[in-house]
Amino acid sequence: MSIPISYNIRNLKVRKGTTLMTALGIALTVAVLLGIGSLVEGLRSSLQVTADPLHLIVMRQGSTSELVSIVGKESFDVLRFDEGIEQLDGEPMISHEVVSVVNLGLRGDPQNVSNISVRGLSPVGVKMRREAEIVEGRWFEAGKREVVVGKGLHGKREGTLVGETIKFGRGDWEVVGVFAVGRSAFNSEIWTDGNFAAADLGRGSTRSSILLRAQDEASAAALINRVGDDQRLGLEAERESEYYAKQMVTAQPVQSLGIFVAIIMAVGSCFAAMNTMFAAIANRAKEIGVLRLLGFSRFSILSSFMLESLLLSLLGGVLGCLLVLPLNGLEGRIGNFATFAESTFQFQVTPLYCGIGIAFAAIMGVFGGLLPSVVAAKKQVLESLADV
Amino acid sequence: MSRSEELNAPIRLTLVSRMSNHILLILKNLRRNKRRSVLTLLSTGISVFLIGSLISVYGMFYRDEVSDEAALRLVTRHKVSLTQALPYYYRAKIQAVDGAEIVVPMNWFGGTYIDQRPEHMFARFAVDQEQVFDIYSEYTVRPEQLEAFKRDRQGLAVGKSIADKLGFKIGQRITIKGDIYPFDPEFTIRAIFEGPDDFQSFFHFKYLEEALPELGGMVGVFAIRLRSPDDASRVALAVDEMFRNSPEPTKTETEAAFQLAFINQMGNIKLFLLSIASAIMFTMLMVSANTVAMSVRERTQEIGVLKTLGFPSRSVLALVLGEATLIAILGGLLGVLLTVGVTEAMSNVMVGFFAGFRLPSWGVPVCFAIALVVGLGSSAVPAAIAARTRIVDALRHAG
Repeated sequence: MSIPISYNIRNLKVRKGTTLMTALGIALTVAVLLGIGSLVEGLRSSLQVTADPLHLIVMRQGSTSELVSIVGKESFDVLRFDEGIEQLDGEPMISHEVVSVVNLGLRGDPQNVSNISVRGLSPVGVKMRREAEIVEGRWFEAGKREVVVGKGLHGKREGTLVGETIKFGRGDWEVVGVFAVGRSAFNSEIWTDGNFAAADLGRGSTRSSILLRAQDEASAAALINRVGDDQRLGLEAERESEYYAKQMVTAQPVQSLGIFVAIIMAVGSCFAAMNTMFAAIANRAKEIGVLRLLGFSRFSILSSFMLESLLLSLLGGVLGCLLVLPLNGLEGRIGNFATFAESTFQFQVTPLYCGIGIAFAAIMGVFGGLLPSVVAAKKQVLESLADV
Repeated sequence: MSRSEELNAPIRLTLVSRMSNHILLILKNLRRNKRRSVLTLLSTGISVFLIGSLISVYGMFYRDEVSDEAALRLVTRHKVSLTQALPYYYRAKIQAVDGAEIVVPMNWFGGTYIDQRPEHMFARFAVDQEQVFDIYSEYTVRPEQLEAFKRDRQGLAVGKSIADKLGFKIGQRITIKGDIYPFDPEFTIRAIFEGPDDFQSFFHFKYLEEALPELGGMVGVFAIRLRSPDDASRVALAVDEMFRNSPEPTKTETEAAFQLAFINQMGNIKLFLLSIASAIMFTMLMVSANTVAMSVRERTQEIGVLKTLGFPSRSVLALVLGEATLIAILGGLLGVLLTVGVTEAMSNVMVGFFAGFRLPSWGVPVCFAIALVVGLGSSAVPAAIAARTRIVDALRHAG
């Protein structure tokens, strides 16, 4: 027979202060884990939604990012007529793009500069990002010194409001609109006309990369092989999804630090939970004796105290989730190691991560409660009753 | 001497003996519930260790000491971004600015040595081989090796920490696969230099220029050595002013500012570290407050006895505060020792940027201060309650 759970709940309620303080300690541990989890998850989702499964990125062999890659016009002309490429209104869906970076200061803190990606692309290139839309102003016109800024940059960096100017290449570029591509990493870029930008940046006829859309899965695989095997090109094609997945290395140090801190904090919280449970048992020595006299087994006592510790930690886990909830949707920025430019993202507190956080709290409860519960269960009946 | 004898001798009850008695009582109290004291101590120690680790991470990013040599250096880059190059002829123009002693072009080569694994990464710069060691005068290099490096167009000078880690020997040949520059240079290691932050290597600017003549001698950055650190802002302004209206405007700043800008790129590191540290500190406060409250509650009757014996309220206050503070300081000590031990052990394994992962000197007092604040902060309320408890209530308390 087991001791009813209401006994534990009442005990936790009686010691309100202690319960709450212990639970808060656990909650903060969970909050650190979840806070960093939501950062990593936010970055991951912004990189994931950027990629289309049929899109391939073509760069120079050995290039790790578009910024350091060079792809000439001849290669583009060779690839353009490949039969594996999807057509749109009789035109192949392939875009020769130039990528550069420009230093922009934070609005109100001009010394705090970051690299912002500038992408020069063709009308087809814009169309290939299916979710691309203008949220303010209009698209840039070809052959003019005009740019559109991503939603993630708009108003946050210097010169990113419509009507302001940004300086790169040979002079000023006017911001004529704000664009968004869903929640993707493109929202931290500046877009402009590819031909004009390349000339202005002194690239001649070369660009940084090619983006193309394959007709289907089979032609995507075939295209990757064809590009890689063509010795004349010296290029390699990669799935867009893989290219962006690799950029998750950026989150690696943050993630490692977060896991390290959370685990060590959890050990500290276990000690705290242990303290609380030992005190709870010391205070209830007589009760334990009475329970044993009433016929509850040692195992019932053990499981009852374990349950109490678990309840305490679960309360902490739930509190932890509530603590990080306000982070959800918050805008963050991180220097992307792969692109050498800034990526903006939105923190995402996912149900999965909350589940992990609560499970993490439960583990703390089990470890913290185990030793005290064993001590409680081992107590001799008479000894407990004599205890004051 | 027993407690009662002492109380009967008010004249000898000096401040010193009173304090030492308090300490004795505190130590006795700590030993009474050993398990609780140890658990709290461990919990505090772990939290201080975490805060110490975060301070070490902070110290790795924001180094406070700028060496005398570094204070003499400016870096000039393209105003738009580091990825845009400057024309070579700027060198002579910068050289002409009063206060600029030596100007050396430097190009970040990038590329890959063997593969992308982090253990194979080290910085490679194409530089003016004649003057690079005049500008980086903190590096020491044997004269005959320096001569050999200057003579060989394909020579490479590497820092000692790279050479030690990758087992490079003088005369060894290595190939780097280019990425930014479409060319795979083949080097012979001619010199190994030693000094702080020597996780980089230098090769001849000319080698790069000859392999890729289409670059037209474009330069990534110019490193400037000043005559005196006092000239820094004047020279920086003069250089930027000179090229302000040219197609390639420049930005000139001290080496320290240049590196700080690099770190700012990574995101708001300070806010990130501060949020985690606050969460840890708050947790510490919770754990400690909980312990103190529990121990005071258990001892309510005893406090009544103490008061009956004539201990004034402030002594009771001091006893409770002192106990929590002692645990906090011992926990702080444990945490600092753990941090120093772990970071020392790790800095032997890590190289390059991460070799800076150690507790900065200001980190030790900060750790103790945090422990102290937690100790005092967590015990303030329970101590005040204990001090204010009336004797009758305390003695009636059931425990």
